Amino acid sequence: MSKTYEKYYVPAQSPWPIVGAVALFLIAFGAGNYVNEVTRQQPGFGGYMLAAGFVVLIFMLFGWFKNVIDESMSGLYSAQMDRSFRQGMSWFIVSEVMFFMAFFGALFYGRVIALDWLSGGSNNAMTFEILWPGFEAMWPLVKTPGGIETQAMPATGLPLINTAILVISSVTLHFAHTGLEQNKRGQLKIMLLVTLLLGMIFLGLQVYEYIHAYRDLGLTLASGFYGNTFFLLTGFHGMHVTLGAIILLFVFFRVLKGHFTPEKHFAFQAAAWYWHFVDVVWLCLYVFVYVI
Amino acid sequence: MSAVVTDHEHEHHDHKPSGIKRWLYTTNHKDIGTMYLVFALIMFFIGGAMAMVIRAELFQPGMQFVEPNFFNQMTTVHGLIMVFGAVMPAFTGLANWMIPMMIGAPDMALPRMNNWSFWILPFAFLILLMSLFMPGGGPSFGWTFYAPLSTTYSGDSTALFVFSVHIMGISSIMGAINVIVTIFNLRAPGMTWMKMPLFVWTWLITAFLLIMVMPVLAGVVTMVLTDKYFGTSFFDAAGGGDPVLFQHIFWFFGHPEVYIMILPAFGIVSSIVPTFARKPLFGYASMVYATSSIALLSFLVWAHHMFTTGMPVAGALFFMYCTMLIAVPTGVKVFNWVATMWRGAMTFEVPMMFALAFIVLFTIGGFSGLMLAITPADFQYHDTYFVVAHFHYVLVTGAVFSIIAAAYYWLPKWTGHMYDEKLGQWHFWCSLISVNMLFFPMHFVGLAGMPRRIPDYALQFADFNAFISIGGFLFGASQLIFVAVLVKCARGGEKATAQVWEGAEGLEWEVPSPAPYHTFETPPVIK
Repeated sequence: MSKTYEKYYVPAQSPWPIVGAVALFLIAFGAGNYVNEVTRQQPGFGGYMLAAGFVVLIFMLFGWFKNVIDESMSGLYSAQMDRSFRQGMSWFIVSEVMFFMAFFGALFYGRVIALDWLSGGSNNAMTFEILWPGFEAMWPLVKTPGGIETQAMPATGLPLINTAILVISSVTLHFAHTGLEQNKRGQLKIMLLVTLLLGMIFLGLQVYEYIHAYRDLGLTLASGFYGNTFFLLTGFHGMHVTLGAIILLFVFFRVLKGHFTPEKHFAFQAAAWYWHFVDVVWLCLYVFVYVI
Repeated sequence: MSAVVTDHEHEHHDHKPSGIKRWLYTTNHKDIGTMYLVFALIMFFIGGAMAMVIRAELFQPGMQFVEPNFFNQMTTVHGLIMVFGAVMPAFTGLANWMIPMMIGAPDMALPRMNNWSFWILPFAFLILLMSLFMPGGGPSFGWTFYAPLSTTYSGDSTALFVFSVHIMGISSIMGAINVIVTIFNLRAPGMTWMKMPLFVWTWLITAFLLIMVMPVLAGVVTMVLTDKYFGTSFFDAAGGGDPVLFQHIFWFFGHPEVYIMILPAFGIVSSIVPTFARKPLFGYASMVYATSSIALLSFLVWAHHMFTTGMPVAGALFFMYCTMLIAVPTGVKVFNWVATMWRGAMTFEVPMMFALAFIVLFTIGGFSGLMLAITPADFQYHDTYFVVAHFHYVLVTGAVFSIIAAAYYWLPKWTGHMYDEKLGQWHFWCSLISVNMLFFPMHFVGLAGMPRRIPDYALQFADFNAFISIGGFLFGASQLIFVAVLVKCARGGEKATAQVWEGAEGLEWEVPSPAPYHTFETPPVIK
């Protein structure tokens, strides 16, 4: 036990967490009011508060990350600290997986159990006869028990192209990583830029697909269980791609500034993990929402 | 022991920042732990005041003081505050204070995020409490916010409720990540897995549960939000959804959640009993395995909350047997605590008294849980006061008693002073008697069919309810003694030694009392 240990860096006081807490307060309280105002079409302060919350949040993120990056660049972080960051990021991704699980769980329950029971399955013959006569269980649910009709989103065409784009972006990101590890900065920059562009194209096509769904297919958030799961799953996924792209953008700027070494590049690693995670979510989503 | 020497030097050079900034900007696990604990105490009294309103209304049959809608808001917000505002933050506060000291770490692994996790909470509860003053009142659908009560039939405050739950969840997840990373990565050399104190073990498993289920809660409140405001029909059969789906997702979160509120309590009791029995804990390894088994089983039992909602017989049987299986690891724990005391040289200071009361009363709550697990019997008990009695035995005489025991046990380490033993004993006996007056008769009125969550009741329950309410007021008043003890101890008292308790073992008892602002900046050596 005579080995000496590197000192674990414990930062001095920081103003950023309390700024972040205020930001979350503004976002939550603002959103809580804004939702009511929007659905009732009343004027109010909710929207402004929500926007202010995001401004403060962005301000906080800039400040906080600037501190962390400065500390990292000045060599304050030991290998143990690096492990803390890695483990923290991994557990955060686990929590994100569980968030999506809630929505996938809802999808499976609805398809396998709720629709079956609504059409008289199990011991629900009378529910069917009296409440929803004539309802036919099908997936995609293009006609709800209440009678709302819509059209299904096809699995081929745009969604398939989008799947390819996202998979390729994961591959290019992997090459960016190997570029970083082998100290090929050119490969790193180009591959990272390509990944970012593919992410942007993906998001653009998603927006296009949403417009298509609303305008041409009559598929909206309010068109029954199929529309619910379609928009919430793809919507939360899209939000995560957006977040992942923003993280990658900042990693790209840091690469341009010459940050990261082949040995030490936690921020890059975390962004890459996040991107791959979002990619895997999409693959599950493509299979269960579009194909099957 | 080397840490003690270096720490001693520190006492004079400790640059504790002063003023409000110390608390707003802090990255120190002890400061943050203190804030969590004080916050939990305040919320405990706010939630308690709501319980007093409930008991005042139920003192007599008929409507006395409040409108039914306000009564519903009280039961709802009382539950939300006690679960998310009192019990969980109190455990997180204890984790913050004790885990780094117990494993020989300099601080929590991610100190700034630690501060953020705490400061989110007061804002989340500010939003929840403000929603009570909205036109139409606050959330009134029960803390379980079943659809369609929370969707079709809820008020305008629902959106505020949803977003405040979101940010509580963010706080819990960040807190849990911090705990788990601290334990994985910051243990002092030589602190192997099977040498960790059980409080650390139980919190490690709790943190895992939090990371797994809090996001599911976020998911389900999001669905409530979109169902209510944006026309989705997750929980509406007309759109192809199902209100039962809500209960499945909610209880997939909800059942692990109740273990989140009891596993750290097991850890606390497993620390206190050996100290005052002056014997090492009996069956350490089996405690670790039992805790892990309880955690794993907690994912397989959620539908025992839903037997009367309706499910296929195979499902009911599966969930019934899995639930009963939990009695096995829990029984192992109770056996081990009793075996630890067997032939021990016992003394009965306040922490030990609360720990002993925990063992007996939590076991009563466990047994009534076993009764509730029996599907056909549950058809009779469901939504009666029997259920209220059951979960208050495990949460009040279980979780809350363990938190109080922990506070008495570690107060000398936190403040450097011994608490007032006599006043503490008064607190204990008043609490013990009143809590049983409060919750024990609920078993009987429940079995006789008194429904829960209703502001009025049939005449035959009047005497019992008057008695219960008196117990409730006494229990509430008894907690004022606790505040007196805390204030007195913080201000001064007999100086505490480093070890504090004769039989105490572990790293936290090797640093001086009060614990210096920074401990273990260089890792201690563990034999």
